[in-house]
Amino acid sequence: MAFQSAEHAKAYWRENLGLMLKLLVVWFVVSYGFGILLVDALNQITFFGFKLGFWFAQQGSIITFVVLIYVYVKGMEKIDNKYNVHED
Amino acid sequence: MDIQTLTFIIVGLTFALYIGIAIWSRAGSTNDFYVASGGVHPVLNGMATAADWMSAASFISMAGIVAFAGYDGSVYLMGWTGGYVLLALCLAPYLRKFGKFTVPDFVGDRYYSRAARIIAVLCAIIISFTYIAGQMRGVGVVFSRFLEVDIATGVIIGMVIVFFYTVLGGMKGITYTQVAQYCVLVFAYIVPAVFISLLMTGHVLPQTGFGATLADGSGQYLLQKLDGLSVELGFTEYTEGARSMVDVFFITAALMVGTAGLPHVIVRFFTVPKVRDARRSAFWALVFIAVVYLTAPAIAAFAKVNLFNTINGPEMTGVSHEQAPSWVKNWEKTGLIQWQDKNGDGKMFYSGDERNEMKIDRDIMVLANPEIANLPAWVVALVAAGGIAAALSTSAGLLLVISTSISHDLLKRTLMPNINDRQELMYARFAAAIAILLSGYFGVYPPGFVAQVVAFAFGLAASSFFPAIILGIFHKRMNRAGAVAGMVVGIVFTLAYIIYFKFISPELNNPQHWILGVSPEGIGTLGMIINFVVAIVVHKLTGDAPDDIQEMVESIRYPKGSGAASSH
Repeated sequence: MAFQSAEHAKAYWRENLGLMLKLLVVWFVVSYGFGILLVDALNQITFFGFKLGFWFAQQGSIITFVVLIYVYVKGMEKIDNKYNVHED
Repeated sequence: MDIQTLTFIIVGLTFALYIGIAIWSRAGSTNDFYVASGGVHPVLNGMATAADWMSAASFISMAGIVAFAGYDGSVYLMGWTGGYVLLALCLAPYLRKFGKFTVPDFVGDRYYSRAARIIAVLCAIIISFTYIAGQMRGVGVVFSRFLEVDIATGVIIGMVIVFFYTVLGGMKGITYTQVAQYCVLVFAYIVPAVFISLLMTGHVLPQTGFGATLADGSGQYLLQKLDGLSVELGFTEYTEGARSMVDVFFITAALMVGTAGLPHVIVRFFTVPKVRDARRSAFWALVFIAVVYLTAPAIAAFAKVNLFNTINGPEMTGVSHEQAPSWVKNWEKTGLIQWQDKNGDGKMFYSGDERNEMKIDRDIMVLANPEIANLPAWVVALVAAGGIAAALSTSAGLLLVISTSISHDLLKRTLMPNINDRQELMYARFAAAIAILLSGYFGVYPPGFVAQVVAFAFGLAASSFFPAIILGIFHKRMNRAGAVAGMVVGIVFTLAYIIYFKFISPELNNPQHWILGVSPEGIGTLGMIINFVVAIVVHKLTGDAPDDIQEMVESIRYPKGSGAASSH
């Protein structure tokens, strides 16, 4: 086993899932929330010539997705190192 | 030089480049052929993934769809990018650690079942074939419009090129040509958009120019003007949708989950050396895709305003057909623009109500955009090369999935386990060649439903592969019976719903008859939910997966000890 102990293995997996779920919540809120479910309310707000809900649906969500994956990559590399299960 | 000569030169140069790369990167083993020996740098792999992913549909059709559907077009923008978040967070790193060649490999091994493997192979082949016929058609359309050869000749030229580098180079050849193709297509997509943005708003960046004020001195925002014109002409307001919220939600989800379940995308993450690289290359893939996808809604809005202005004139009273710009006449020859002078005034008029006299195919928006905005001839030629690059790169990725499914999953792992590596490689090349011939046939003689079916490939991937893979990673006790039952029920439900509304009773295809108001485009989401529920219930009734499988699942959950992908 790559981990020092069974507790470490469990803790690693818990941290991994925690990070993943947090990021998926943001993913859901920005795309399905701002871009679809709340679009009418957000469209009342104007953001540089865009209706805000429309902007989230067409551009804002895509920018958020890129940032989310970046945060995940960095976060997981940190967790891998902490539990010493990174690749050489 | 005229447009046609320039197009020949630019397209010819890109072809020479692709063939040169193919010769330089020949495959010597099945490992080269299937996963490029797992030695691709994550940034290059991200670029190749982006080219693989962005098909003729992304390049040629998507901005057009958004131009005509306005807010409703967002389902494609969000759906085809949001899936990468799922891929990066939930699939790619684990499948890379698992370290085999294909998606059916994972399904078959994880669920210790030949039946599961064969179901997965069939799903992969169906999804890939429906997709690829559309690509070949895209090549044909570009050739026939810009090089004025007929569609069949165009398809054959495309087939020869793809044949060359897929059969010779396998994944290795494909990866490096896709890198080149990404560069061609992104350049071809951005350059006209920058020109048009400068003309219309004075902004260099089309991505922000799209939210700016018009350069005509009116001080009006581009989107305001577009909303105003749309309403005046009897369309729905551009920034508001016509589809119901439930349907938009389900379609977006089906496209996102489908993206994460497409075999030709997943397999790209087997080609990098490490788990860490799989995560990084998912990031780079989305960065490269976002460059195009953030530009698409801008092109859509610019094109729509330009279209209204050229067809209806600045006064919105119609332009005389005799004075129509040359691009209108060029596209009329292909049948993609049609004009019927209903009120007999000799003027063209485009609107969303009974005054309408035009039929405009959404596929021409990107291709005709440079002509609409009067850009130089070399930009038009560049767009043609970009469209072909997009179609070829996706076709090659799909062909590889088909050939791998046959030579590896079906022959080596199921029917002929005793063949050696050299024989397997020969079968892989042979299968790729047959697949190219078949898809070329469908490109020349498209069954009427191809275009529709391409969109449904996502629903099918969402309702079959995605739950089986997710449960396989995150639910280690999930067993064979649960996964197989889930996949079968999910895909049968989704297929049946699509076939019923699209082919058996198309007259009932409207919101009153849909389950929960979900259109066939979005039904894959429901199919996916059903798949999950069935799998979990059946698992409860039939007991846990064996211990060795559970240990295997434990071991794919952390990166340490990942080797290069292998068949053993």
